[in-house]
Amino acid sequence: MQSAIWCQDLRKTYAAKPPVEALVGIDLSVSRGECFGLLGPNGAGKTTTIEILEGLLEATSGEVEILGMSWAASPSAIKNRIGISLQETKLAEKLSVRETLTLFRSFYTKGMSADEAIALVSLEEKAESWVGKLSGGQKQRLAVATALVGDPDLLFLDEPTTGLDPQSRRQLWDIIRQLRQRGRTVLLTTHYMDEAERLCDRIAVVDHGKIIALGSPRELIAGLGGEHVIEFSLDGESPDATFAALPGVRSVAHEGPTIRLTVSETHVTLKALLSELSKADIELTSLTTRHASLEDVFVSLTGRHLRDDSGDDADAP
Amino acid sequence: MPRDGHPLRQLLLSRIREFYREPEVLFWVYGFPILLAVGLGIAFREQPLENVFVDVERIGQSEAVLSALEADERFVVAACESEDCRRRLRTGKTSIVVVASESGALSVEYLFDPSRPESVLARRTVDEAVQKANGREDVVSAVDVAFDEPGARYIDFLIPGLIGMNLMGGGLWGVGFVIVDMRIRKLLKRFIATPMRKSDFMIAVVLARMLFLIPEIVIVIAFARFAFGVTIHGSFFALATVVALGALAFSGVGLLVASRAQKLETVSGLMNLVMLPMWLLSGIFFSYERFPEVVVPWIRALPLTATNDALRAVMSDGSALGAVGGEMAVLAGYTVVTFVLAMRWFRWT
Repeated sequence: MQSAIWCQDLRKTYAAKPPVEALVGIDLSVSRGECFGLLGPNGAGKTTTIEILEGLLEATSGEVEILGMSWAASPSAIKNRIGISLQETKLAEKLSVRETLTLFRSFYTKGMSADEAIALVSLEEKAESWVGKLSGGQKQRLAVATALVGDPDLLFLDEPTTGLDPQSRRQLWDIIRQLRQRGRTVLLTTHYMDEAERLCDRIAVVDHGKIIALGSPRELIAGLGGEHVIEFSLDGESPDATFAALPGVRSVAHEGPTIRLTVSETHVTLKALLSELSKADIELTSLTTRHASLEDVFVSLTGRHLRDDSGDDADAP
Repeated sequence: MPRDGHPLRQLLLSRIREFYREPEVLFWVYGFPILLAVGLGIAFREQPLENVFVDVERIGQSEAVLSALEADERFVVAACESEDCRRRLRTGKTSIVVVASESGALSVEYLFDPSRPESVLARRTVDEAVQKANGREDVVSAVDVAFDEPGARYIDFLIPGLIGMNLMGGGLWGVGFVIVDMRIRKLLKRFIATPMRKSDFMIAVVLARMLFLIPEIVIVIAFARFAFGVTIHGSFFALATVVALGALAFSGVGLLVASRAQKLETVSGLMNLVMLPMWLLSGIFFSYERFPEVVVPWIRALPLTATNDALRAVMSDGSALGAVGGEMAVLAGYTVVTFVLAMRWFRWT
């Protein structure tokens, strides 16, 4: 069966001095029915990638196939079968939710009714409200509804939950899960690792315009060698070698005063760690244990955090 | 009419809803032209007795001049010292200064500015009054008839000019501003990501603009009719055709101006750049025939000039469409050229 999305060696260079290389060779293959996530920090090239796939941006080089078709040969056939939610669209404020969806529905040859789309994103009570009166989360759900109203086979959602409160994020996650259950293919970008972990079958971790890791959340975390993390800080100095030698430790990382151990079995390592520290007469000032997350994957791959505030604000130049 | 779910119909409906749900826009589109017509109508209403401001220098036989002028209520006379009179003339407080001879037979000297129309007029009326008071007789008898029949007054000239100005402003703002605003909001990008046909979008924007125009024109014409007695001498069909073609031409200019602009500041600047020369040259408030002969053909090639000329021909002179073929051709030319260029250059993202 052909892929829903397939692209090879996508490159995008913006003319500037010096030229800005937004993408330096992206290969992707997303199967039908899959929910696929592009995870990466701001400025990594997620939006550039998704907009090239959506046909909104021209790649400098590389090949793209959407549902087995190319943008050059059949643009309107592709547009009729995909749904898009851009990172930032300010829909007309003086139109009601239903009017907005009726307008978008009219562009597609087939699709659901405006009211069906409203029900999918649970905006029934706001159907008559003007867009300008909606909350941030409701606007974002409407944006997703405009992507759904053409009943697409493939959905592109660029940062669907950025800037939303936790409750609105969870509502959107439910909507995306329902879509997947209905057999739709979804490609979403996010810089929230928990979002990618919960929603996506597979994830491509993007950094500096290329994919640095690809796989299911479980595979990516397993790639760390250990699925658990012990974080602690000490009252006094201690050499790495001591911790790396502890049973079950896969890696050791320092971040400020915090020492982070990636381990295969928490209870084994923890017991050894505590006895080692008491032998050396060193006091713990903090200790936490947790499951390893995609955040740990990103940190171990790049040495940086996903949501590094020193990073670029914009995702694309 | 296209079926209910037709994209063109839906796009048009959206434009109409966004328009009438915005009270400020309604005021600027419909209220402002009327305020302008009221203001100008009052400023240029018929004034049967135009006051003439005269200063008489307090010297020699000024009393004889003063008594001659004070007999006529048109004159607003002031007697003042030499230096004072000249300053008042310089600053426009008076239109003319009369200096009478010291003694002997009365002779007068007129100080006036030949480049100021009211100054020239004052010189003639003052001289006439002085001469008459001192015994000059008319050799030919003359009767004054005020020529203010409808169609020939200033307000009759002004109203078609105002309609033309509204067509220009509405076309440029109503189309240009709306499009740049949608581009900034990334709504154009969102639309182009759907299978929407680009031509449907363009047609909807222009068609909506034409619809908003109908009440606008009707209000101005009705107001002019009831407040000033301005009547339309030509046929409504001819008027509607000229208005529609003018609106199309300016919508095209609006589309072109907005085809690439990424900021509201940019499009505002471009629109002013386009509109300012036409405000000055195209004969809204006064006839462009006063400009030097070499530039008149260029002025006639401007879309607002063509619109105003055609409107005046139809409204004031009662011309048929055939008589304004030249102007219609100019407008049709602008429509075609601007639409083609706008479609070629248009930026959706």
